[in-house]
Amino acid sequence: MSDAIATRPLGADVGRLDGPRKVTGAAIYAYEHPLTDPAYVFPLLSTAARGRVVGIDAAEAQRLPGVLAVLTHEPAPKLADTSNPELAVLQSPAIHFRGQIVGAVVAESLEIGAHAAALVCIEEQASEHDVVLRVDHPDVFKPDDDETDTAHGDAEAGLCPAATVDATYTTPHQHQGAMEPHTSVALWSDDTLRLYESTQSVHGVRETIAEVFGLRAEQVEVTAPFVGGGFGSKGEVHANTVLAVMAARAVPGRPVKLALTRRQVFTLGSHRTPTIQRVRLGADASGGLLAITHDVWAHTSRVQVYIDQIAAATRMMYAAPSIATTHRLAPLDVPFPSWMRAPSEAPGMYALECAIDELAVALRIDAIELRIHNDPPADPVSGKPWSSRNLVACLRQGAERFGWAGRDPAPRRRRDGRWLAGTGVAGSTYPVFHTPGSQARVEFRADGRYEVSIGAMDVGTGTWTSLAQVAAEALGVPLERVALQIGDTALPYSHVPGGSAGITSWGATLFGAARAFRDRHGDDPAPGDAVTAGAPDNPAEDAYAMHAFGAHFAEVRVDADTGEVRVPRMLGVFAIGRVVNPRTARSQLIGGMTFGLSMALHEEVVMDAALGAIVTTDLAGYHIAANADVGDIDAAWIDEIDPHVNAMGTKGIGELGIVGSAAAIANAVFHATGIRVRDLPITPDKLLRARVELSARA
Amino acid sequence: MKPFEYERAADTGGAVAALAGRRGAAYLAGGTNLVDHMKLGIASPELLVDVSRALDARIEELPGGGLRIGAGVRNADLAADMRVRKRYPALARALLSGASGQLRNLATTGGNLLQRTRCPYFQDPTTPCNKREPGSGCSALDGHTRQHAILGASQHCVATHPSDMAVAMLAFDAVVRVRGAGGLREIAIADLHRLPGDVPQRDTTLEHGELITDVDLPSLEIAARSTYRKVRDRASYAFALVSVAAAVELASDDTFADVRIAFGGLAHKPWRATLAEDELRGRPATEAAFRAAAHAELAAAQPLRDNAFKIAMASNALVATLRELTMPRAAR
Ligand SMILES: Cc1cc2nc3c(=O)[nH]c(=O)nc-3n(C[C@H](O)[C@H](O)[C@H](O)COP(=O)(O)OP(=O)(O)OC[C@H]3O[C@@H](n4cnc5c(N)ncnc54)[C@H](O)[C@@H]3O)c2cc1C
Ligand code: SF4
Repeated sequence: MSDAIATRPLGADVGRLDGPRKVTGAAIYAYEHPLTDPAYVFPLLSTAARGRVVGIDAAEAQRLPGVLAVLTHEPAPKLADTSNPELAVLQSPAIHFRGQIVGAVVAESLEIGAHAAALVCIEEQASEHDVVLRVDHPDVFKPDDDETDTAHGDAEAGLCPAATVDATYTTPHQHQGAMEPHTSVALWSDDTLRLYESTQSVHGVRETIAEVFGLRAEQVEVTAPFVGGGFGSKGEVHANTVLAVMAARAVPGRPVKLALTRRQVFTLGSHRTPTIQRVRLGADASGGLLAITHDVWAHTSRVQVYIDQIAAATRMMYAAPSIATTHRLAPLDVPFPSWMRAPSEAPGMYALECAIDELAVALRIDAIELRIHNDPPADPVSGKPWSSRNLVACLRQGAERFGWAGRDPAPRRRRDGRWLAGTGVAGSTYPVFHTPGSQARVEFRADGRYEVSIGAMDVGTGTWTSLAQVAAEALGVPLERVALQIGDTALPYSHVPGGSAGITSWGATLFGAARAFRDRHGDDPAPGDAVTAGAPDNPAEDAYAMHAFGAHFAEVRVDADTGEVRVPRMLGVFAIGRVVNPRTARSQLIGGMTFGLSMALHEEVVMDAALGAIVTTDLAGYHIAANADVGDIDAAWIDEIDPHVNAMGTKGIGELGIVGSAAAIANAVFHATGIRVRDLPITPDKLLRARVELSARA
Repeated sequence: MKPFEYERAADTGGAVAALAGRRGAAYLAGGTNLVDHMKLGIASPELLVDVSRALDARIEELPGGGLRIGAGVRNADLAADMRVRKRYPALARALLSGASGQLRNLATTGGNLLQRTRCPYFQDPTTPCNKREPGSGCSALDGHTRQHAILGASQHCVATHPSDMAVAMLAFDAVVRVRGAGGLREIAIADLHRLPGDVPQRDTTLEHGELITDVDLPSLEIAARSTYRKVRDRASYAFALVSVAAAVELASDDTFADVRIAFGGLAHKPWRATLAEDELRGRPATEAAFRAAAHAELAAAQPLRDNAFKIAMASNALVATLRELTMPRAAR
């Protein structure tokens, strides 16, 4: 910390400024805001996957002492805007998925609420449901989105006479699994609504809730100084927040608390769609790509279209005269999908980077050299120059550090006792998003510090620290002279930190505000001097293709008897422009890589097709990598200066770590075993089944 | 969660008296299983009798060389006990492979034996389940059965028993000491857990109100050469897909003088592999013999939709475990 004064704030290795508050419990999360006399909300969920509620008998529950209200669709609590079916809570008897909110109990305590909930009799009339994604689903449709299908060049010709690789990969329904469940604490007083919310965007909640309830934005005040993870699941408002606000309206003047149970989070907190992805690669004998096609099938709710651009990275990752991508959706009776950890790139790059590995194997070309051979000098589809592109440097430096040289590409050759060993590589990329429109306020205080306010969020990523560093840099003062304020709608407007755009967009805003402050008040301001401003437009934005890149390396060991996969070593080398804080950056990157490991080996929401129910509804059933799964994991970055991306030269890093890391592990599993498991997660049973089949054939 | 009464028992006699005649009452030990079930709405006792202080939490030498483990001994303490680690290593390993550090600090020996299945349908009160609600049907039969049984199941229930500890105890012929309204009795651990048959709601042969007070590990030389192998989806904090507890004693000619084998993850109860043991006794310790033993035990397996892999997995895990245990010390 002290050396932060000596060095420049931007780039300094600063420990988390909020760390002491977090480890001592002084950091207050949504549910913990001390309020007088709160009431508690317990949601009632549907058990049919499709159908309608035909009767509700809440008489017994209502008689229970301590029950304040039972909310159902009869009568429907009034909403101003019901156009978003996910947020049209209790507006009709229709059931769109199993685990949908069909009522709620408001009670003096959580226990009474849960007890009363069990006493409410809900009669449902179920209709036939379907929760299984498949390519030949009769209702598959082409979503109405500019980029649904793209074609550059003549892909079919490039695949002629035959594709060198034609493989289908699948990724399962996945769940964000934030430690802190979705939580809302709501209080109406007069005509203002106050929300303590576990969210990735206080202003996003304000806007959405104001719309849904027909309020002016200023009537909704949202506070979220600390958030226990979101991973996309708290980027948009979900039904739980609407329900909490309804419940608060039912008990005027009293705050209500609603924290979803772990089980409820699985259906109400959103998820990542499962995907089926067919990748075809045409290449000449030297490995030059002639054509790439990437066809994606995903699911969405039957009543709302949500689409991830899963093949997006395929359009820019490698050079090929023809590149074609398609996206199709199957409408199913499933909970609402939404953003999750690199929503499009994580599943999309898993498929592409495995296919590239398959091509390397088929052509007997080193997997790194093949990627370097196809590195495009400019964005292959738009033709725009790169603001900076250093995939090749990442691959080369990574290979050096990892010890790739001399790798025998032949699969199933290395054995260490009971373990089959292998290594794998994959590329990574993520766009540099800039979300315009944020504002920041800078005020010089009597204590000599600059108060810097912006409605930015710390969802556990370290914003309290890194954004303070950016502010100090922008103002040209030591970190200690910055007092950062974030996480409240009382602060200047800020967008949701999706798409890894947090530091990049907020940081650009702070730079803009700092410049405006200095222009107005100079270097020697008087106490009380203040300015609110945003970032100027970045003229380079349209001129360049802007992306971060990286290379993942993984070493795996597969138990020859049981098919258990362990990952003793992972290395990621990234090109991410300027690094604001190496400590928080490293945490972000290795955290992302761990998600990739988890995606490769563990994570899968299992749906029971007959019941239309999620079967894995706790963290004992929905596996996320545990500490013991993560061996020696390291992230490094190359020196990259990108003058075009923004005033700081930063690229987003939140999601880059996960993109491609699952592929590196899958490729290493192939190298270890000779078995290509294309359906994630790679669990022991799949390897064992393939082995039995292999040995039966041999 | 239904309102309930709570009472802390001072001693085992008081605990047993408190439950006698009250069908709606239950013992509470570490609470890591029961409290979850209450929150999920699949257990709603009207009275909880907390036995965590009434139960013995000591591990004592038995005359003749065995160990008596108080039912209140925490899983973490049992795993760390030097006598257990030296004389019954498979038990220490089984315990350490279970749950997480925090859970093991709380979980008790008695509670671990009586933990209920992790069948996801059992844990979801909105789905039919014969174990939770006799006669309602078994959702697993048409459902997701990756974790379910391949041995000894019935058409009424195909659940598995989740305990690791119990598997090792079964291999060592532990004896469960129980106190009921009628006094004390001893149950061979093999007779504690039951197969589902047409009464899947009953996990064990205990009567309502019977309290486990201790578990006796007999003096058993072979146990010193034992191990526990747990096959699971992630490196820690996951229930077994398949597990094996095994102990071997080789004669001077490298034939099996004695062998003990128990499986976890295959059945409604920890599964003693007597057929495999019979196959091995007197035979030379070769790969072929290990395979034949696995085959002898698993020939009767009846896989469900999603768990046929358990046959190969259990077979390979057993072979690997025997290989490890019979390898000359120097080669290990
Ligand atoms: C996330 C998670 C992961 C886990 N992973 C594993 C694992 O990998 N392997 C594994 O083996 N286990 C695992 N467990 C289960 C854990 O081992 C059990 O929950 C624990 O052993 C139960 O002990 P307890 O003392 O907390 O029992 P409690 O919850 O207090 O009681 C369980 C049951 O036993 C009864 N009972 C308790 N003591 C007695 C007694 N002395 N006499 C009669 N009845 C009694 C209670 O009435 C109750 O019905 C896991 C649990 C969780 C929550
Ligand atoms: S397997 Fe047993 S526990 Fe599971 S649903 Fe069927 S009856 Fe219930």
